[in-house]
Amino acid sequence: MIQFEQVCKRYPGGHQALNNLSFHMPHGDMRFLTGHSGAGKSTLLKLIMVMERANSGQVLVDGRNVSKLPARHIPELRRKVGVVFQNHQLLFDRSVFDNVALPLVIAGYGHRDIGRRVRAALDKVGLLDKERQNPITLSGGEQQRVGIARAVVNKPKLLLADEPTGNLDPQLSAEIMHLFEQFNQVGVTVLIATHDLSLIARMPYKLLSLRQGQLVSAGGSHE
Amino acid sequence: MSKSKQKGSGASKLPKRRLGQLQTPAKPSRRELSGAKTHRTRFSDQWQSYRSHHRQVASESLRRLLKRPLATLMTTLVISIAMVLPAGLYVGLNNVEAVSQGWDGAARLSVFLKFSVSDQDAQKLRQQLADRKDIASAEYISPSEALEEFRRRSGFGDVLDQLDSNPLPGVLVLSPTADNSSPEKIEALRDQLNALPQADLVKLDMEWLQRLNRITDISRRLTLALAAMLAAGVLLIVGNTIKLAIENRRDEILVVKLVGGTNAFVRRPFLYMGFWYGLFGGLLAWLLLASSLLWLSGPVKELAGLYNSSFSLLGLGVLDSLIMWASAAGLGLLGALLVVGRELRAIEPK
Ligand SMILES: Nc1ncnc2c1ncn2[C@@H]1O[C@H](COP(=O)(O)OP(=O)(O)OP(=O)(O)O)[C@@H](O)[C@H]1O
Ligand SMILES: [Mg+2]
Repeated sequence: MIQFEQVCKRYPGGHQALNNLSFHMPHGDMRFLTGHSGAGKSTLLKLIMVMERANSGQVLVDGRNVSKLPARHIPELRRKVGVVFQNHQLLFDRSVFDNVALPLVIAGYGHRDIGRRVRAALDKVGLLDKERQNPITLSGGEQQRVGIARAVVNKPKLLLADEPTGNLDPQLSAEIMHLFEQFNQVGVTVLIATHDLSLIARMPYKLLSLRQGQLVSAGGSHE
Repeated sequence: MSKSKQKGSGASKLPKRRLGQLQTPAKPSRRELSGAKTHRTRFSDQWQSYRSHHRQVASESLRRLLKRPLATLMTTLVISIAMVLPAGLYVGLNNVEAVSQGWDGAARLSVFLKFSVSDQDAQKLRQQLADRKDIASAEYISPSEALEEFRRRSGFGDVLDQLDSNPLPGVLVLSPTADNSSPEKIEALRDQLNALPQADLVKLDMEWLQRLNRITDISRRLTLALAAMLAAGVLLIVGNTIKLAIENRRDEILVVKLVGGTNAFVRRPFLYMGFWYGLFGGLLAWLLLASSLLWLSGPVKELAGLYNSSFSLLGLGVLDSLIMWASAAGLGLLGALLVVGRELRAIEPK
């Protein structure tokens, strides 16, 4: 599903964020991306979403080399990938329902389809009763779950999350991790960047650990 | 590290199951999330949702404009003023042309005869000319009649009395028929009359009319040039307004791009916004123009009455109005198009 081949990413300032990174993540897998602050976790996810482009090497997403993807094909790729952001990137000028519906509206779904799918996604994250509210009236955890609903509403094959539990309490964080596990169970490939090691320590998933833009281990979470 | 450990084992298993049991529609929602049915929208469905999406975007951008009525009115007013100037000039020139066309029929040619031409010869010539197909009427004013009239009108009677002989020549005053009154035909007629041996000088009474025609021609061109400049102004106004609107909705654009919105999708509401601004500007300009014309029409009619004319002010016809609205909306759309591409390309999620 995701394959990095000798990927280097240098930011305009000259900082080498990723250095000769190679790894492969098969379809249906779930992994955690860890590493110190500045290790290059967000950069790695951005390369998958083509929010940044690699200076050298190849980034393959679903068999397609996206590091050289023409700009007009980027929307198509992003529709296939669900993303959850640390700062959730919700729009406060519209309801929870409309926030979650956005990817479907963009993809050109009909009214009835949208209603059905949005409610299914909100139901999944347990926010069906809040669909008419403005996300600004929700708690941090609820906002994060709206972000997750939006990421999965279009049934992506790949789900990325950048610090999805960033500033949530341990119990909320655990709930959100369980949500990701559920999506993984129905076949969605899931990659989660986090430095909440205590949270993932008990979870039986492989780790991708970065240090200074290089892979230090690709092992299980409990060695 | 082994594959068997990855899923469904360990502490996470229990809550997972419980969640699944609690959700009544667990089965269908699972299938929905699996991505198996993702691309099943048929073409006709897509076309229909595309159209309803357009309708939605159009009314949404309209609602956004109406939500801030004052700001919208200001922009619309500026656009309409820029449009009302050339449109008003255009209507004015149409009226000048209509008036001068009414006068074309009254064109006259005065043939001043040589002093050697006797009254009888002059009468003969008058008859010949009156028989021509292109001349409606011919009148002879003999030198003595001309002197009499001049005496009456000028008030220089005493001076004229001191002259030994009549300094005025005989004149034939000709009116061409209506279908021979165009400037070209009259000029051709003048050249023919000039060639007559009896004629000393042929004077066209409508020379000033031709000058007026030239002036309206020039004014038309000036109006066009002015319209072009003001159209450029409208483009700038709309462009700048759209630019601000884009800046205001920057966050939204970023999110839309992040979840896979195409450039066309992001652009659409702003193009509609430009369209609405243009259309409103056009409608307001039309309203301003129509009411000014209404306001002027009474006095103009009175003035025309003083000249024994039934002339009444020409307004904007249906076609002119439609063209005005369409070009206004088109200008708004174009103004939006010119900025939207560049502005939106600059907003990329990082
Ligand atoms: N747009 C940018 N321009 C220049 N340098 C950048 C940019 N974005 C990131 N970097 C640098 O690249 C390195 C990796 O950044 P990245 O955001 O990938 O780290 P991270 O692992 O996500 O860290 P954190 O856990 O703090 O989010 C950092 O040193 C950062 O300063
Ligand atoms: Mg980061």
